[in-house]
Amino acid sequence: MEFDLASVSPEDIRELERNVFIGSLETLKGWVRSNSLWPLTFGLACCAIEMMAAGAPHYDLDRFGVMFRTSPRQADVMIVSGTVTKKMGPLLRRLYDQMPEPKWVIAMGSCATAGGPYVKSYSVIKGVDQIVPVDVYIPGCPPNPAALIYGINKLQEKIRYEARTGKRVTSG
Amino acid sequence: MSEGERKRPDEREDDVSAASAGEQRTGALEDGVSAVNIGERRSGAPEDGGSAVSAGEKRTEAPEAGAAATGAGTSRPEAAETAADGARTEPAAPARRKETEEEKAARRKAALEAREAAKAAKAAAAAQDAAAQAGSPGAAQAGPQAASPGAASAGPAGAAAETNEPPPKPPSPNQPRLDRAVQLLRELVADDAVESASINEANDHLPTLVVRKERWLQAAKLFRSHEELNANYLRNVTGVDYETHMEVVYHLLSLDSGHNYAIKVRTDRDRPSVPSVTPVWETANWNEREIYDLLGIDFPGHPDLRRIMMPDDWEGHPLRKDYVPLDPEV
Repeated sequence: MEFDLASVSPEDIRELERNVFIGSLETLKGWVRSNSLWPLTFGLACCAIEMMAAGAPHYDLDRFGVMFRTSPRQADVMIVSGTVTKKMGPLLRRLYDQMPEPKWVIAMGSCATAGGPYVKSYSVIKGVDQIVPVDVYIPGCPPNPAALIYGINKLQEKIRYEARTGKRVTSG
Repeated sequence: MSEGERKRPDEREDDVSAASAGEQRTGALEDGVSAVNIGERRSGAPEDGGSAVSAGEKRTEAPEAGAAATGAGTSRPEAAETAADGARTEPAAPARRKETEEEKAARRKAALEAREAAKAAKAAAAAQDAAAQAGSPGAAQAGPQAASPGAASAGPAGAAAETNEPPPKPPSPNQPRLDRAVQLLRELVADDAVESASINEANDHLPTLVVRKERWLQAAKLFRSHEELNANYLRNVTGVDYETHMEVVYHLLSLDSGHNYAIKVRTDRDRPSVPSVTPVWETANWNEREIYDLLGIDFPGHPDLRRIMMPDDWEGHPLRKDYVPLDPEV
């Protein structure tokens, strides 16, 4: 198919400039993915309460395209919201493995980040990054919904940045 | 403590005269003049007997009694002694208020006598003696039971004597229930079934029994099925590591009567084992699994004794005082 720019009228060119964006497919994918982050419905402790509040109408995560899915097969981000015990660790890893690529992990709160107040406990994993790669850490005990939204925004930024530049923000 | 509560234990001592003694007491509490009042009433009502008088004494000496009662370790002989003293004062009581010096001397004398009497009674009553030596349960049980006959017998003997001994700490309102439970266990399970029994006053006067491990299953069945105890609800089971020994604590509730009991069963620490009560109270199942998981106490008779909280392959029992984690993380 021939496409001769010379044969396009100036009006059409103005029209095209207004309506056509040009970019890489990766950027498009990053844009799409970052705006439809579907987290796994998966709460472990008090952070999950804040996560629920963030999903409720007042903070309304839906407006960011964040919709909780009840199956790891349909989810692409895991928000680890709470304390991960050593007994829970393998199950968490299995859920992560069941999620399709591409997938991301948000470690929400100090427990999931580094063990939190249970850092000296015999039964708690000191940081979920010991079992799954973490993209965003949200500090707080628990972080409030705004902090979670900020973390999700950071993840979106990261997804777009990586798609745009081809670089990795973290090695994880 | 409310007025009513303080009154109740006293009333138990004077069976027949409970009502009239109660009246006197309320009078005593209402106005300071009532001491005279009591004296009058007492002389007017001789059939009240020694118990009413002793009650009156107790009332007037309430502050003193409180101070003495905080000593708390009221041993059995003392209890008997004071009861006897109370009985002794009876006939001379109206005169008492006028001559306090004389009264004090007499009281000392009476106390001495009572002590002797208590010793004699103790030697004589072998069964009660044995119970008393068993420790606090003995004291708890023997206290009221032994005291009233003691008072009755000492009453006429020490008629002339006059005492003003501070009364023992008022028995707990739940004391009769504890005594009854101990009695039932001794009668229907075994003589040595109860190691000790006490009232946990800090915990709403909770009757607390330490039951011998070997008798516990039988005792549990009795608690569940006996129509008086009727503890048809097991509220909680928990384990304690005392380092010298292990203990399993059962909190029982009778849903019909609302009565609570705490049962403690002790076991040695090296190979801790307590018979399972899951056949008696189904709800013990998970509690016992938890205790097994965290403290390593074995429950022979449990249908499915395996870990419930820690992973199945966990090493050790984390709530033991000597537990050292395998992986010293962080």
